[in-house]
Amino acid sequence: MSRTPLDTVEHAAATPDVELPWAELGLKKDEYERVVEILGRRPTGAELAMYSVMWSEHCSYKSSKVHLRQFGEKAPQSDALLVGIGENAGVVDVGQGYAVTFKVESHNHPSYVEPYQGAATGVGGIVRDIIAMGARPVAVVDPLRFGAADHPDTKRVLPGVVAGIGGYGNCLGLPNIGGEVVFDACYQGNPLVNAGAIGVMRHEDIHLAKASGAGNKVILYGARTGGDGIGGASILASETFDAASDSASGTGKPAKRPAVQVGDPFQEKLLIECTLEAFKEKLVVGIQDLGAAGLSCATSELASNGSGGMRVTLDDVPLRDSTLSPEEILMSESQERMCAVVEPDKVDRFLEICDKWDVIATVIGEVTDGDRLEIFWHGGKIVDVDPRTVAHDGPVYERPYARPDWQDALQADDANKLPRPETSEELKDQVLKLVASPNQASKSWITSQYDRFVQGNTVLAQPEDSGMIRVDEESGLGVAIATDGNGRYAKLDPYHGAQLALAEAYRNVATTGAKPLAVSDCLNFGSPEDPAVMWQFAEAVRGLADACQQLGTPVTGGNVSLYNQTGEVAIHPTPVVAVLGVIDDVARRTPVAFQEEGQLLYLLGDTREEFGGSAWSQVVHDHLGGLPPQVDLERERLLAEILISASRDGMIDSAHDLSDGGLIQAVVESALLGGKGARLIVPDGLDAFTFLLSESAGRAVVAVPRSEEVRFNDMCGARGLPVTRIGVVDGDTIDVQGEFTLTLEELRTAHEGTIPALLA
Amino acid sequence: MTARIGVVTFPGSLDDRDTQRAIRLAGAEPVALWHKDKDLHQVDAVVLCGGFSYGDYLRAGAIARFSPVMETLIEQAKAGLPVLGICNGFQILTEAHLLPGTMLRNDHLHFICRDQKLRVENAETSWTTDYTAGQEIHIPLKNNDGQYVADEYTLDKLEAEGRVAFRYLDFNPNGSQRDIAGVTNEAGNVVGLMPHPEHAVEPLIGTGRTDGLPFFTSILKKLVNA
Amino acid sequence: MARVVVDVMLKPEILDPQGQAVQRALPRLGFEGVSDVRQGKRFELEVDGPVDDAALARIHELAESFLANTVIEDFTVKVEEVVEAGK
Repeated sequence: MSRTPLDTVEHAAATPDVELPWAELGLKKDEYERVVEILGRRPTGAELAMYSVMWSEHCSYKSSKVHLRQFGEKAPQSDALLVGIGENAGVVDVGQGYAVTFKVESHNHPSYVEPYQGAATGVGGIVRDIIAMGARPVAVVDPLRFGAADHPDTKRVLPGVVAGIGGYGNCLGLPNIGGEVVFDACYQGNPLVNAGAIGVMRHEDIHLAKASGAGNKVILYGARTGGDGIGGASILASETFDAASDSASGTGKPAKRPAVQVGDPFQEKLLIECTLEAFKEKLVVGIQDLGAAGLSCATSELASNGSGGMRVTLDDVPLRDSTLSPEEILMSESQERMCAVVEPDKVDRFLEICDKWDVIATVIGEVTDGDRLEIFWHGGKIVDVDPRTVAHDGPVYERPYARPDWQDALQADDANKLPRPETSEELKDQVLKLVASPNQASKSWITSQYDRFVQGNTVLAQPEDSGMIRVDEESGLGVAIATDGNGRYAKLDPYHGAQLALAEAYRNVATTGAKPLAVSDCLNFGSPEDPAVMWQFAEAVRGLADACQQLGTPVTGGNVSLYNQTGEVAIHPTPVVAVLGVIDDVARRTPVAFQEEGQLLYLLGDTREEFGGSAWSQVVHDHLGGLPPQVDLERERLLAEILISASRDGMIDSAHDLSDGGLIQAVVESALLGGKGARLIVPDGLDAFTFLLSESAGRAVVAVPRSEEVRFNDMCGARGLPVTRIGVVDGDTIDVQGEFTLTLEELRTAHEGTIPALLA
Repeated sequence: MTARIGVVTFPGSLDDRDTQRAIRLAGAEPVALWHKDKDLHQVDAVVLCGGFSYGDYLRAGAIARFSPVMETLIEQAKAGLPVLGICNGFQILTEAHLLPGTMLRNDHLHFICRDQKLRVENAETSWTTDYTAGQEIHIPLKNNDGQYVADEYTLDKLEAEGRVAFRYLDFNPNGSQRDIAGVTNEAGNVVGLMPHPEHAVEPLIGTGRTDGLPFFTSILKKLVNA
Repeated sequence: MARVVVDVMLKPEILDPQGQAVQRALPRLGFEGVSDVRQGKRFELEVDGPVDDAALARIHELAESFLANTVIEDFTVKVEEVVEAGK
């Protein structure tokens, strides 16, 4: 190997003509030229490694940034927001001195390549984001999307993903309380594995990713650094580096480095405990987790968010593989690592705590009073940059976008005109088919592989409308979270589709009795280089930002995943929205399950003929066209207020939001969970089909004890929410008067048999 | 005076704080014990809680079993100290040979989390006197390696001596031989089971049942009356 | 009848949390001088008929497509014992 001399800053300055493999590292020509301009010389190999990875789409949001700004610009005034967009995760005030941090992220592509490890490390990454804010993680949620349920690749990917989420999350001791599983052929080859986490802390414990105070030490702790996930950077380690590069031809490959990262949940559990103990003793000035872009990201972000500069000695990084080059160390994405900034007189105690938990911890550098990030290797300075240029001043693209020419035809293909069932018998068959369809069927085969009890604070978990965790044992204060997203709606109309995702998550939180406070999102789209996809993205972001403004729930952070496509075919635009809510006393939570026979069933909201993008159109007609249900955010807000008041005042004993599958889906779920049937009466002015299967938004079905009937009706009437009595909890059948009767037994068989039959 | 009940934290223990809460709710005083510390700090009883000690790498419980705290614990358990092993704690107790048998991976090869029906077969151990023999209870179960196995001789002996403490009812969630969910040692002071009684102690939380609380009230009564 | 052994190991560059946990426990048990432990899987296949090149090729294919996850694992195939037919 002829990799000499070391490519120091000095060497780079003296050898301006050396060609670097910037293209192989994913930089565009103008981006590379910008790096040269910033530095006033060619970058060293290590600097190039840092810029290339930090300026990647994944880390820099260069295609999405111009749109994401709306989340800030349109952010509603909210007293609850303690930390907003830009930190590892947003932080929300939930009262009584408690703060909650939460975030959803994607780990889509890695989960396609290696489902188990991809999903596992996705959980690991989001949990480290939560710890880095100073919080104890208290729950995880997992919104998942796979190809068609009966496709062979789904059978490969899904069990691995589920086992990976369980294997990692269960081992960390985090209850899994929510999420979704959706099947659609559009996700074949591009499964969406989104992972969300919630953490709780006291206000005074909030920590930020910044390095300040000259002389403070930078400590890397957790797993040793290996050659994980560095793919492209290996080119820099190859012998082709110092000569005129011919690496474009693919020759001179370096030692093989794994693209797949393996997670070690045990190590992460130790990392959680040891970090929280260090927080408790107030030993930490600033902290950052190591995820994508590893040390490149952690050092440049810590330094650029703080007041000074930073000096790092890369030789001190504990390695798993001693053959790693400095460029590879900087880019390594080895899991279960964190970086803390600690005052010199507290370093010993910090290291002691790490030792107590058998966590390797090493001082690798210190904060300086300059404004440069300097990194040394074997005595030579290999990085000397303004950290802001690495972490924050990446390229920003105004990608062209255009409404696709097929959008009109898609919307004109009206689902409301599809043939409807003509007889009661046909309606019954379609209902049965619907509740047994993979998307509407029970997911308990999946969720029973996740621990939902650990930590002993789980009030509600899937299949409830939202997961709910008790925060304070004395007062009963709790938080709720729901994640929702409907790619079919968003495909028909990305602006309103994104709003419907928010509306549903918001409604789900309120249905359980909690007040929606804030939003995190995971925006999954195809290639931003396709103007049609870019239009979908721009519309979805605009829709979500507008809706968050109107509902008063700020976006606190999130994640964008682009390039989810195979060849020219992109996934449905899939904005997944998480809404966090708070409930004063978890004793007042409202479950989905019917509680008592004789209670009255009320439908809240308006039902229209809305079948565009519906489960019915998919299951019965394999159809996607028309317009999604109308969005009325003021109605959503009113509905939420009613649901929260009714829960607080004990007027309802169970509630379920109506979404995909419509009213009948909701009633079947409440009945099966409660083991009690229902008699339903089709209200005046509606036909049975629309009553049972329309997907109009802004609706919920509630069970009201007879003693509360008058009070409940008065409240809805006074506030102007349409309320219709539709039946009663009764017996062991679902009886739709004048139409059909289905026994709970046959419904249970249909609803619960599908997923095990496909996957077990 | 109340009883002091220790809860050992190993690296990877998950239910230590939950178990401490259950002990508190029962009216006893929880005492945190650390795996590297041989000293049991004069506790009156010990719970080895659930989790994935050392990631369950090698075998569940296999590495934790050699912790410093276990040296003292094994010695004192043999001398009569009441010990309850829940899930991973049960696995540690079998690895330490304080209880017979061992746990294999669930027969269906998946982690399973469910509200599990059990029958209390032995209501005379240190940890079960607040139940009645034959009582049916619901306790959350969550494990990957919960399939109880032992040789036929051992199983017959356990049955004959009434040392099968708990049995799965209606559904065997992991392929355990003879539906065994938990066992006791001969003296009745060391009990292990796979389901998690500490997750069934509050009406609002988890499954909403409190069927697990008698584990902790049983031991408290025994210790206070002793 | 012959026994063919397939050993599946994580690739050397892949993190092995299990081996690492075992290795770290060794000094506590008094076993010094073991610098690394990696844990793998061993499959013993009892094969009917002769283990000729064609049979080995099939087993190789089986190992590659099924027993090992070649994204993160390597494997080796070896014939352990051959008992002559008819005996």
